[in-house]
Amino acid sequence: MTSEQLEEYLEAIYDIENKDGTAKTSSIAKCLRVAPASVTEALQNLSEKGYVKYEPYRGATLTDQGKETALRVKRRHRLLEVFLSDVLKIQCENVHDEACKMEHALSDETECALCKMLHAPSRCPHGSPILPCNQEVSDCTGCLTGEQKPSELREKPIIPVSDLEPGQGGTIAFIRGDRKVVQRLSDLGLTVKTAISLLRKAPMEGPVEIAVRKTKLAIDRTIADDIFVSLVPEKA
Amino acid sequence: MPDQKRHRMRQGMRHGSAPADSCPPFDFTVALAGNANVGKSATINQLTGAEQATGNWPGKTVECAAGILLHNGYRIRIVDLPGIYSFSTYSTEEMVSREFITRNHPDVVVNVVDAAALERNLFFTLQLSELGVPFIIAVNQTDLAAEKGIFIDTQKLSELLGVPVIPTVAIHGKGIVSLSDAIVDMAKNRTAPLVLPYGREVEDRIGQVTALLPADPGIGPRRWTAIRLLENDPDIVRLAEERAPEAVAAAHRHAHELEKMHGEPPGIILSGERYHAAERIAQSVMEMRSPSAGDISLSDSIDRLALHPVAGYLLIFLVIGGLLIWTFIIGAGISEFLTRHLSSIAPVHPFVAGSATDILVSGAWMGLIAGVTLIVPYVLPFYLFLCVIEDSGYLTRISMMLDKGMHRLGLHGKAIIPLILGFGCTVPACLSCRILESDKQKLLAAFLVTLIPCSARTIVILSIVATFVNIWWALALYAVDILLVILLGRIAFKAVDGESVGLIMEMPDYHVPFVPVVLAQTWARIKSLIWIVLPAYVIGGVAISGAYSAGLLDPINAALSPVTVTLLGLPVVTGVVFVFGIVRKEITVLTLAALFGTTVFSSVLSPVQLIVFALVAMIYTPCISTIFVFIREFGWIKAAAVTASETALAIILGTVAFRLLSLIM
Repeated sequence: MTSEQLEEYLEAIYDIENKDGTAKTSSIAKCLRVAPASVTEALQNLSEKGYVKYEPYRGATLTDQGKETALRVKRRHRLLEVFLSDVLKIQCENVHDEACKMEHALSDETECALCKMLHAPSRCPHGSPILPCNQEVSDCTGCLTGEQKPSELREKPIIPVSDLEPGQGGTIAFIRGDRKVVQRLSDLGLTVKTAISLLRKAPMEGPVEIAVRKTKLAIDRTIADDIFVSLVPEKA
Repeated sequence: MPDQKRHRMRQGMRHGSAPADSCPPFDFTVALAGNANVGKSATINQLTGAEQATGNWPGKTVECAAGILLHNGYRIRIVDLPGIYSFSTYSTEEMVSREFITRNHPDVVVNVVDAAALERNLFFTLQLSELGVPFIIAVNQTDLAAEKGIFIDTQKLSELLGVPVIPTVAIHGKGIVSLSDAIVDMAKNRTAPLVLPYGREVEDRIGQVTALLPADPGIGPRRWTAIRLLENDPDIVRLAEERAPEAVAAAHRHAHELEKMHGEPPGIILSGERYHAAERIAQSVMEMRSPSAGDISLSDSIDRLALHPVAGYLLIFLVIGGLLIWTFIIGAGISEFLTRHLSSIAPVHPFVAGSATDILVSGAWMGLIAGVTLIVPYVLPFYLFLCVIEDSGYLTRISMMLDKGMHRLGLHGKAIIPLILGFGCTVPACLSCRILESDKQKLLAAFLVTLIPCSARTIVILSIVATFVNIWWALALYAVDILLVILLGRIAFKAVDGESVGLIMEMPDYHVPFVPVVLAQTWARIKSLIWIVLPAYVIGGVAISGAYSAGLLDPINAALSPVTVTLLGLPVVTGVVFVFGIVRKEITVLTLAALFGTTVFSSVLSPVQLIVFALVAMIYTPCISTIFVFIREFGWIKAAAVTASETALAIILGTVAFRLLSLIM
């Protein structure tokens, strides 16, 4: 299995898992336009390498390692889409396929340079969020102005507060977005390393309600997508 | 833009200080400031006996309101400021508070804080400390905090900050006497709070910038000015550039260094510093015990229902529907009761023959009757029910549920609050649009509010269409109006430029509405409405009678007949009806009755004419009070644009409706 195929599989499983809970062989086959038999074979292969947990007849779920790889590829994919449509002015409907082919060839260095050149975009042309890289910077500004060298990698990947489950908590890793909005959030107590938890999400991609410093705030979903937290280990 | 804000500020103040003008001058000015929804309005009501509207949602108070406290022989003017979370202002309402504290120099600031969320509230307290103004802390809602198991050592808090700290439960009047004592003491002594140093990295830089500032920078105290310069506050930088250019340059350099070290803008770094201090203080003065009441879990289970994907929307539908139906049923009952009793005192005979005085007196009487029987009965139950919803905290949940839908109109969830208020009266609803942050969103929301069927328009629909055609046509008109709001909202969103910011709103806990508060609040609203409405009615009534006896009606009717007769298919006399309707929309009903000499409209107008008349009356031009508010908030041009476009729309829709309805009815 080439690394390109591997990444395509992980991406597909990631998308299907988010939609249906587990990725069934048939759904993966349909998504990647390949025969179900080759999917089964590939899943066994991925499972041996530790990327997925595969149970025959039930489907596959990504392991932490698999999820990390999938998210990294997704990030590259969406960055490339922004590049293709915003810089090269390629029509929006064509950028997806193009980015699909390019994403596997991108090095870490190019990814980082691309992100800086595009001013750390938070969304792809289709509106899906672009996760920040897992480098230890507290804010994209530092990286953009070249004042802070992103060197170390974070121990754990960070996730948007809107991806937490209700009741789940974490500490704020960083917040990106419009300066005024970030300032307001920090005035309301959302500063780096503060404990935050998700209380509930309004239906239909509506705002999320979070608890921070003993107060409850309703925050627009797109703003909440830009508030990243590192998870706190479950209390025993 | 700053001019506009200053203007609004003065407007607010003039309004606020009006009662003081007729009385002897006051000795001190005290400003109540603090985060939104911590009980500032309740505190001022207790201190002064004023009737500030209160409600369980952030953003209630949108302009400075003032009252007088008489204590130990002093006359003290107390100003209630809109909620503010931070001096690095985000919304216009916060701007009002900031300007008042930094420019008007109140003698004392009373910082009202919520005992249950001390840490977050202390953030603003620390900014007051930076400013060095004499202030007092009122730790409010200590009862609710105790229920959550939170107890505050006010003595210790006072020692740490170097300011008096008074525990209060404003809604029940607890701690108000001690607070009044503390206010008088502080106003006489004006002791400055302690300086609370931040982390060394930041504090050193504040020191270095401070050293470069003149003894009196003329902008604010030195330390405060230095901090604002480090935060790169555009207003302060502009002011300081003339007086202390070296300090500005140094602050810029230091800010840059800080940004380099932390990778965050200095504003965020300073917020972090303040929270660091707030956290430390809160932890040392707060004692946690096990909560005594199951309130928290109750609030949680209500939210599970209120924010449920199906039940939540159903609940909104039921609550808003219930509000309107309750208003109609109770309102119609009271209206009928009042009409019967008042007309038995002196029956309404429009346009009695006789002297000019007789005609004018009868006009005034007719206006008064109309006001009392039309407005009060419908507005009273509406506000009563609304106050219950407001006080419970449910409005914020509606905001959260409808946020996504409001995005399509370029607004966010908070805008639903003015729109709901709009079902009562457009004027306060327009003012409450200030809770929105950007100018674009304020304008959009206010525009939509002018189209919401307020109680006056509801009366027109009910008394003309529901009574003489049928209830279904009345409901259809209502539905058309709501559709128009959505449709025009979409169009206006595209047409108006400016930024739209997303929802960031504090969610208060639910509480059971407190009866005296609900009643006081309903009365405050009704009273202010009566002050505006009744004079308008009496004047309107006199004007109609006067115009009639002066023979002015026919020329007006003739001038408007191309529109009223040719386009809308209405009798020629309706021209003058629409003219008078600009004063208040229900006056159209009154005028119609006066001109036809009957209240049985079906005997003079066909069903199609009744519907077209109500449709046009509903949409054409906002009433005069709304136009005034609009001018004040958004200027002449926008007010004129809204008035003109709504009038044009009403004529177009009326013309189309007349032709279509004539085919089917």
